[in-house]
Amino acid sequence: MSFARELTSLQLYLGLVGGGLAALGFLASVPTLGSAPLITVFFALGAVSLARLVMPWSLWLDGLLAVFGAVALIAALPAEGVLPVHHWLALFAAWAFSWLFVERLTTAIRQGRLPHTGTGQVIPLIFGLSLLVIWEVVTRGANVSPVLLPPPSAIAARFAQSTGILWADFVQTFVKSVIPGYLIGCGAGLLVAIAVDRSPFLKAGVMPIGNFMSALPIIGIAPIMVMWFGFDWQSKAAVVVAMTFFPMLVNTVAGLNAASAIERDLMRTYAASYWQTLMMLRLPAAGPFIFNALKINSTLALIGAIVAEFFGTPVVGMGFRISTGVGRLAIDLVWAEIAVAAIAGSAFYGVIALLERGVTFWHPSVRGGRA
Amino acid sequence: MNRVLPVLTILVLIIAVWYAAAILMNAPWQNTLNGRANLTDVPFHTFAQQTWAQDKPILPAPHQVVSEIWNGTVALEITSRRSLAYHGWITLSATLLGFAFGTGLGVLLAVAIIHNDASDRSLMPWIIASQTVPIVAVAPMLVVGLNAVGLTGLVPKALISMYLSFFPVVVGMVKGLRSPEGIQLDLLRTYDANSWQVFWKLRWPAAMPFLFASMKVGIAISLIGAIVAELSNTAGGGLGVRLLTGSVNGQTIQIWAALFIAAGLAAVLVALVGSAERAVNRRMGVRA
Repeated sequence: MSFARELTSLQLYLGLVGGGLAALGFLASVPTLGSAPLITVFFALGAVSLARLVMPWSLWLDGLLAVFGAVALIAALPAEGVLPVHHWLALFAAWAFSWLFVERLTTAIRQGRLPHTGTGQVIPLIFGLSLLVIWEVVTRGANVSPVLLPPPSAIAARFAQSTGILWADFVQTFVKSVIPGYLIGCGAGLLVAIAVDRSPFLKAGVMPIGNFMSALPIIGIAPIMVMWFGFDWQSKAAVVVAMTFFPMLVNTVAGLNAASAIERDLMRTYAASYWQTLMMLRLPAAGPFIFNALKINSTLALIGAIVAEFFGTPVVGMGFRISTGVGRLAIDLVWAEIAVAAIAGSAFYGVIALLERGVTFWHPSVRGGRA
Repeated sequence: MNRVLPVLTILVLIIAVWYAAAILMNAPWQNTLNGRANLTDVPFHTFAQQTWAQDKPILPAPHQVVSEIWNGTVALEITSRRSLAYHGWITLSATLLGFAFGTGLGVLLAVAIIHNDASDRSLMPWIIASQTVPIVAVAPMLVVGLNAVGLTGLVPKALISMYLSFFPVVVGMVKGLRSPEGIQLDLLRTYDANSWQVFWKLRWPAAMPFLFASMKVGIAISLIGAIVAELSNTAGGGLGVRLLTGSVNGQTIQIWAALFIAAGLAAVLVALVGSAERAVNRRMGVRA
């Protein structure tokens, strides 16, 4: 029994649940032996894993079991109708094995038996893939109506089919509305903050109002902007400008105060002018604050542009496609559009995070290795 | 006192710019109107008053918006479907329900994350990634999908608010629950405290400032979520619907009034969280 003692109680419990469910599933599949050979093999192997109680059982074996279970399940999904009852046991068993694998992997990383780089990035990947597999198996296995929630495979197929539409929407919403609006909004926020910073009176007046405005649902000006600037991308860019301006203003004003008095005194002993102090000391010191605003704004900008398209748009754009897709029950196209938005949003955020690592390399949060 | 004067100055400036902009932006249409009525040589102050009193102005003057709010709240019965108070209440209830869901979910996730390494490593990157998905894109589908399974009204909107508001709470609470220093944790170990006691006597109180800071952000975006969700469910009413119908009918004053009510709601909600924070601080013996 000493092998079982290497595991924490949660890990042991997961192992027992996975193995037990697999054994149960094997017994249940005996009457229909040969109908789904892969699942039966998975059940058999899962039941064998109960041997971890009396012999060493590598964590990689648990990982292999989880992957095998997922492959077997997807291969056994019927084209029509629902999954046989005992196949659901395979889903739960595979889930238990993947959870167990992740638990043991983190333990191994913490104890230094595995390197952090590489393996550390695998863990969130496993979580995401498990979600996708569960989504696929549940929607197809339980025959969920595709109008309610299409399976990921159908979304991927639709994505591949309609890359032309998706690209046109992406250009309209992201390239034409989000990027100009983001650049103008953030740039204006930065410049106004620098201007306001010169006068303590203005700063005392602008800061509370800026903080207040950042908390308001500015997105509501979307219909007004559509009236003022028309249906095309200009109105969307205007909404994005209004949404990104205030977070940038507030964060930059706070950041310009980040340089300490002793550092400013040093600049004064060098006889540095206002602009030299600003460019060489205060703006770099404000870097982390400015990048914080840039990150917040990257998600706000996308939201603003998509919502503005609900209020009137030419017949192209992500928000337009989503609202009409829902109306026409083309839910798989809507999900493909959401996938594009998610990829664009994550890439946008990732680019800014990379820039931040390059520009504010001196900041403790970057030097510590976790941005 | 030294903060009131600058803020007032800026506010007066904004209102002055607003009135001036109203004259400029409404002038072309007013010229057309006056031309049709064969009015020539209108003196400037009359002309300015005309531009501030149009029916469907491009930019309504502040007093028009204020009187619309007054007519829509105090002057009407609260149960009327045209009452702004009625629509505000619909939005508010969805906001509060979603905020409660979101805060609960956020705290639960944070507790799971600090107590379990595996959930930290597998959940945290996805929680951050979840916010790069523009939920407003998912909102219409969620509303329609939940409609199909018979869930209507408050819950779909609250779910969208929840999705937006759980994020700041998770991030803040993970930071807050980890904020006790090693020396404090060591002290509790010398007392032979179990992990339950460590949580309730050290980690939870230490996380309170972080929780309230996150909740202020959370309730503001909760309101945004509710308004956006209403855009896809026009039958249900709410401030989002007022925005949409105002936009369709060209009723700019109605849009601005709904916008101001939403802004007022946001301000009141954030202030309420702030006063709850002060009450909790007093109760815990924090000196202001």
